Amino acid sequence: MKFSFSSEQDEFRSNLRRFLADRAPIKETRRLMELDAGWEREGWKALNAELGLTAVRIPEEYGGHGFGFGEHCIVLEEMGRALVCAPYFATTVLAAGAILHAGSAERKAALLPGIAAGETIATLASAEDSGSWDAEACTLTASATGHLNGHKSFVLDGHTADLIVVLARGPSGLAFYTVDGSAAGLTRTLLKTMDPTRKLARLEFSDVEATLLGSAAGTYERVMIEAAVCLSNEMVGGAERLREDALAYSMMRMQFGKAIASFQSMKHKAADMLLDVELAKSAAYYAAAALDEGDGDIAMTASLAKACASDTYSQTATHAIQIHGGIGFTWDNDTHLWYKRAKSSDVLFGDAFHHREQMMKNWAA
Amino acid sequence: MNEMNEETVRAECRAWLEANWNPNLGLVEWRHKLAESGWGNPHWPSRWYGRDLSVGLVPVVKEEFARIGAIGVAEAGIRVLAAATILAHGTDMHKEKFLMRILTGEDTWCQLFSEPGSGSDVAGAVTRAEMRGNQWVVNGQKVWTTSAHKAHWGLLLARTDWDAKKHAGLSYFIIDMKQPGVTVYPLRQMNGHASFNQVFLSDATVQPEFLVAAVGDGWEVTTTTLMHERRGADGLRTWGKKSDRPERAFEEERAEIATTMEPYKWYPQRAGRVDLVISRAKETGKINEPVVRQEIARLMTMSKAAEWTARRARAAQEQGRPQGPEGSLGKLVSSNIARAAARVHTQISGADALLTGDASPMNGVIAEILVSVPATSIAGGTDEIQRNIISERVLKMPRERTGDSDKPFKDVPRNLVG
Repeated sequence: MKFSFSSEQDEFRSNLRRFLADRAPIKETRRLMELDAGWEREGWKALNAELGLTAVRIPEEYGGHGFGFGEHCIVLEEMGRALVCAPYFATTVLAAGAILHAGSAERKAALLPGIAAGETIATLASAEDSGSWDAEACTLTASATGHLNGHKSFVLDGHTADLIVVLARGPSGLAFYTVDGSAAGLTRTLLKTMDPTRKLARLEFSDVEATLLGSAAGTYERVMIEAAVCLSNEMVGGAERLREDALAYSMMRMQFGKAIASFQSMKHKAADMLLDVELAKSAAYYAAAALDEGDGDIAMTASLAKACASDTYSQTATHAIQIHGGIGFTWDNDTHLWYKRAKSSDVLFGDAFHHREQMMKNWAA
Repeated sequence: MNEMNEETVRAECRAWLEANWNPNLGLVEWRHKLAESGWGNPHWPSRWYGRDLSVGLVPVVKEEFARIGAIGVAEAGIRVLAAATILAHGTDMHKEKFLMRILTGEDTWCQLFSEPGSGSDVAGAVTRAEMRGNQWVVNGQKVWTTSAHKAHWGLLLARTDWDAKKHAGLSYFIIDMKQPGVTVYPLRQMNGHASFNQVFLSDATVQPEFLVAAVGDGWEVTTTTLMHERRGADGLRTWGKKSDRPERAFEEERAEIATTMEPYKWYPQRAGRVDLVISRAKETGKINEPVVRQEIARLMTMSKAAEWTARRARAAQEQGRPQGPEGSLGKLVSSNIARAAARVHTQISGADALLTGDASPMNGVIAEILVSVPATSIAGGTDEIQRNIISERVLKMPRERTGDSDKPFKDVPRNLVG
């Protein structure tokens, strides 16, 4: 297993970090999160065009760069760090993942180049009102003629996506279907959410015309494994940013005539935060490498990485607010933006408790 | 220094071993021969039982020893730290007198640093050494001294100047442990074992030529010893792979290992025995309880993430990259893992966690975990000291002002006795 990044990957990361700090500063996050869409098409296309971020893991034959999860997860980590408001995760991890695993060569050729070019905004609709990402929980049906009836919920960027991949119960079992975002009979409602930087929608399907993408048997689980790993990497980016910002604040904040960073209560907390974040980073990086290397234990590793990132992100955010003291509880201070992102990330695709149980299913078998 | 590459080192070492390795020799006789050849510690100076090889080529030599199955020089215990310290700071007389007998394993050493009043703060030692007539006379008490009851020689940190500031008033000595002024008592631990000793020094004597470095340089020398201790800590625990071959040298080595490893037999338990968790949970059926499953998964997550963090640090090191923060966290995380593992093991054992000894699960191994793990977060630098080190050296947070660095040591407050 690979345990370090290449110098090319390091360089890619540092360029991207500089770029995002410049183009997607936190005041831009604050502006975009107030919009119903949560992002702006022209701004996102311009930002994406310069670095080709949506193309990173799309194979070259479909217009992408053909990199692996190693590179894709670097992008996600940096986006999580900068708290970028963009339909990136929904498009490149969820929708592209489902198309790559379930689609025929013909469908891939039809759908992926638009994603790689940053033209198509896409998402995957799988969970419903029950709030479960397990395939078995799916109740939405697809008829033999490819018409969808039912609902989906907690759909990332579901209200703005051009293309929606839908998990449905079809005539021959669970399958993925693709639906146009503006299809007749589709009602999209933005959900009021606690984390304003991550928009979720509820979708109602009433005889919506859809195209079969492919069977979801096995492929859906695979997409969820990839989603868990990718989200873990996004999460550790956010956790590290919180840790660094809280540390910087403790160095400049003077109380009782000295920096609060000189108090042992702060130093020990900071050391524990570093430990938590470095451990979660190791798990997230390991899981990304395991995906690239086709590791057989990947289901267990993905759940481990997600559980670890969940606990760490939430804990780090809690400490970060505490270290800021009163100012940390205000809307004007940025800490709460990551605090909320930590919680929304914990819940998406199954929380830490869920993933620990998944781990045990692998181990205790 | 000779221009040596991997191939020539391998060929030379192999030729020497093929011509000289003989398991029918006595252990000391073989090691004597080995030390003289320089292959026992090839990275040491050629003048002192080495071959001036770069450290990077040492693994090649080790491979050749493993290939032919030859026994190496004595490497276990405090003697390694003594050798490293003497090589760095000792006089030629020290090197002549001590190094060979360290390498053959004839002499056993102990480290007399910690005191009842100075654990984390080793430089706060108050054991007193004063020149009376033509020799040093030592009075005080040392503690946590591994193998002191067997040791021939001790590495002693003592205060020689009470008017100097804390670190400047210390000196470093080699003390003969087999003398009337040195009394050793075993120190019984909370887990019932007695792996360490307390050493009482009452008018013990040290000849002037057994001072290491100059008077007042004791702290610098101590730092060398501690640095090697930290570096070798893991090696010490994994040391002691026994060969079951029948020849004389192997038989003597087995006896040596048994003696050396005796104090460390509970060490696997103090780390928490994460390796036993799943099998024990299956045995007891607790593997089916959702709450226990959560706890096991939490522990495994921490354990795996720690393992991968160590691998990440090692990968960076191997590539010659600057070490990131991930390299400083191992000690602290091992404490967290040990504590969590002890909790999970007792949870898994249920009422059987009340039992100890032969009648308890796994012949007492499980019972020993709970009462051994508190050592992990204390020995070799407490968790609190580790957090200070991480926050100050890695995160660059301000050092706290200490109460003892700006005045003569005699004016520094010591433990209040109430």
